[in-house]
Amino acid sequence: MADATEMSARSAGGTAPAALQRAFDSDIFYSFRNSPITMLAAVVTLLGFVGAIFAPWLATQNPFDLRTLNLMDASLPPAWVEGGEAKYLFGTDNQGRDVFSTILYGSRISLLVGVGSVLLALVLGVGLGLLSGYAGGSIDAFIMRVADVQLSFPAILIALLIDGITRAILPREAHDAAAVYVLILSIGASGWVQYARTVRGSTMVEKNKEYVQAARVIGRHPFAIMLRHVLPNVMGPVLVIATIHLAVAIITEATLSFLGVGVPPTQPSLGTLIRIGNNFLFSGEWWITVFPGAALVIMVLAVNLLGDWLRDALNPKLR
Amino acid sequence: MTSTRANRPLLEVRNLRVEFPTRRGTLVAVDDVSFHIDAGEVLGVVGESGAGKSLTGAAIIGLLEPPGRIAGGEVRLEDKRIDNLSAEHLRRIRGRQIGAVFQDPLTSLDPLFTVGQQLVETIMTHLDLSEAQARSRAIELLREVGIPGAERRIDHYPHQFSGGMRQRVVIALALCAQPRLIIADEPTTALDVSIQAQIITLLKRLCREHGAAVMLVTHDMGVIAETADRVAVMYAGRIAEIGPVGEVIRKPRHPYTIGLMGSIPKLDRAVARLVQIEGAMPRLTAIPTGCAFNPRCPKVFERCRHERPDLMPVETNHAACWLHAPTLTEATRG
Amino acid sequence: MIAYIIQRLLQSVLVMAAVGFVAFSLFAYVGDPITIMLGQDYNETERARLAAQLGLDRPFYVQFANFVANAVQGDFGISYRLARPVNAVIRERLPATLELSLIAAFLALAVGVPMGVYTGLKRDSWLSRFFLTVSLIGVSLPTFLIGILLILVFAVILGWLPSFGRGETVQLGWWTTGFFTKSGLKALILPSITLCLFQLTLIMRLVRSEMLEVLRTDYIKFARARGLRDRAVHFRHALRNTLVPVITIAGLQLGAIIAFAIITETVFQWPGMGLLFIQSVSATDIPVMAAYLCLISFVFVVINFVVDLLYYAVDPRLRVDRGAVGGHG
Repeated sequence: MADATEMSARSAGGTAPAALQRAFDSDIFYSFRNSPITMLAAVVTLLGFVGAIFAPWLATQNPFDLRTLNLMDASLPPAWVEGGEAKYLFGTDNQGRDVFSTILYGSRISLLVGVGSVLLALVLGVGLGLLSGYAGGSIDAFIMRVADVQLSFPAILIALLIDGITRAILPREAHDAAAVYVLILSIGASGWVQYARTVRGSTMVEKNKEYVQAARVIGRHPFAIMLRHVLPNVMGPVLVIATIHLAVAIITEATLSFLGVGVPPTQPSLGTLIRIGNNFLFSGEWWITVFPGAALVIMVLAVNLLGDWLRDALNPKLR
Repeated sequence: MTSTRANRPLLEVRNLRVEFPTRRGTLVAVDDVSFHIDAGEVLGVVGESGAGKSLTGAAIIGLLEPPGRIAGGEVRLEDKRIDNLSAEHLRRIRGRQIGAVFQDPLTSLDPLFTVGQQLVETIMTHLDLSEAQARSRAIELLREVGIPGAERRIDHYPHQFSGGMRQRVVIALALCAQPRLIIADEPTTALDVSIQAQIITLLKRLCREHGAAVMLVTHDMGVIAETADRVAVMYAGRIAEIGPVGEVIRKPRHPYTIGLMGSIPKLDRAVARLVQIEGAMPRLTAIPTGCAFNPRCPKVFERCRHERPDLMPVETNHAACWLHAPTLTEATRG
Repeated sequence: MIAYIIQRLLQSVLVMAAVGFVAFSLFAYVGDPITIMLGQDYNETERARLAAQLGLDRPFYVQFANFVANAVQGDFGISYRLARPVNAVIRERLPATLELSLIAAFLALAVGVPMGVYTGLKRDSWLSRFFLTVSLIGVSLPTFLIGILLILVFAVILGWLPSFGRGETVQLGWWTTGFFTKSGLKALILPSITLCLFQLTLIMRLVRSEMLEVLRTDYIKFARARGLRDRAVHFRHALRNTLVPVITIAGLQLGAIIAFAIITETVFQWPGMGLLFIQSVSATDIPVMAAYLCLISFVFVVINFVVDLLYYAVDPRLRVDRGAVGGHG
């Protein structure tokens, strides 16, 4: 997967902005319209974001407001199962929280961490890639060396480590309060390498072009002008990386939360919900785990499908 | 044009049409192309990139890249149709009866196998020889293509050879099983200018010695002039002109060929300046109606814009141009 | 060859030194080991005595040197949480993780590579499309969720397989193995499937895309033009060339499996190093975290080194003209 995105980076990296524009105008939308699966994935992704953003208005209850909870309604099965109630579509957990509502609130956290860490990795990666490609020499060697080493360690391990360190530095309450930001930091910081490599390659191509030399002659800082020329070139590949990275980031967040080192249970993400529900699996209350799990998988699958389609659409060679 | 010949030609291509179905309609990359190659003859095929000359070669040996496909016409080798053969039958013809030389010797050889391994596997695929026999034949072939120290070099990997040497290995691979025809697709384009002549001379000499005919695809008119017996000039997927090489060079009949010849500097004649053809060859998506050359043609007239000309005999040549229609007056009326 | 190996070795040592430094910094600066060990109630003399005992009063570089010297001998101090030597704890947990990881790695390669080759060669067959769809779902399913689903189906609903632990193990010296008992083997099934599934889909997709790339190359076209049989073109030339880049990534994936074991071990309560690590992260048990970090890095560095050597063996371009290509990677 990583390799394929780099491939698309290579082929799309050399095109002029105008060519990219043309591609956006025709090919991409053509292939979009001709792929029902992609359209479905786009709709699902959109629904996921809408559901997360408008959770307070869409949820039937606020699962974290203790006054709205009714312990009499605890552990009810989904509405269509015997014993279920219509107002709790996906059933309730052991504290009487509506599973459907917790999913909406949970995906809010999941997507916030996902998008946040993608943005962080993107800014970090694009910046370091530009610097590396432009400066060359020992700076380039150093950055790429670090990238190589980091790449040989799985992102989840690095995220775990960063999380463990902040946990040790911050007192418990402060850590819980900052958990979301710690997650964004650890997932974001573990994902910059792909962006940096792509941008570096493109920067090195652009660096020797005449307009950069010309910019130097007329006294503009070459870095500023390169930014304007390199960024459009790498937009396509970076978009592909970012989409696939979003899926990975959501999974990583869920995994960390499932492991108990992510967001605290007072502010659960989908991963936390699955972790909580996992305890009730053996007593037969499957819905507490299965529905948040399904929500997570459907969201990630939709984003992955979009990423796959985008990669193929931007890289006609593979069609 | 060849049906009346007494001796059947080695290769005969009739009305060949190669199409690429795309989602925006079908591109016709080779359109109604007919020619023949006699045994032992060198036919040069010349044209700009995208004129369809390489695809014609690929179509003959059944190696069009999907989704490209032969949509019409036929290919006959020694009077037997080969374009409709099964994949397995075609495979047996490739290498055995038709050899191929590709453009870039740096990428034509598998980097993970020694040249000896690649020669031996090719020989053993086509000829009933033991591995030891195949190996001594391989050494002999390497020696024949002029690789010094062949006994030692046979166990070297491709990256240990220079570009020119690698192209010699590629030629040895093409000649492995004594094919009757070699399709050489731009065999010198990727090489140093100083080496190009050597390779062309070698190719021509070896093919003469082995009695193989050559279809030499190139965009270099100079190479054709030195090497070919006849030449076919392709433009936008069709043959614009075909004829004996001397005739085509000295007395080109098609305005495109005239322009092409004008763009070659000649040493024996003082030319004030090089003639250039205005414009560029059309993309396959936008081939004009009528004669494909009409927007660039200095002698264009009304009929050229509506009707597509077929090859018409002009003395020794054939040219696809209304200028050479049997009666010009009749033609201009159209 | 020798120069190449020395260069790679040096690089490995450098990486280990960097990791050692991170691990040491954890030790020295993250959290306050004295507070952790003594609790909140202690006086200054107790504190000073313990600090001296732990060597915390000495200069930074002496502490680092001590740390490295101890670490090389496998001594990472005493676990805050378990109050036992870290190396003893890890040695107890190591066999469980390695057995699980090796089985999972074997499954991922043995199934992933052939599937990748098949989908690369027959890219339009319905089976390829099926594999690809399944692989996309596989990539989208978080490992822990796969584990939970497998437990739900095979342990809770069907009751065929155990949902946690290693089953009965056999002692071989200090190594414990689950390979020789029925319950040990049964206990391996669900965790190893869980652990391998993600890597399997990744390897399959990687092999497929490499294969497609290689099939487009000139030397494959020329091999066809030479009239070689499909079998020779596909399995002699295309596969061999595909495997060159695949070796690198597959090597990295095998390292990743050991790290991903953290998740699987948590889901299945598998008594391995991963479970130990996650418990240590939650309890801020720095010595165990540092030891795990060093050990895992060591495994990665060894795998990377082996991969480099394999690369060298597979690709003749690296064997000759070494000077020109020595700086690859």
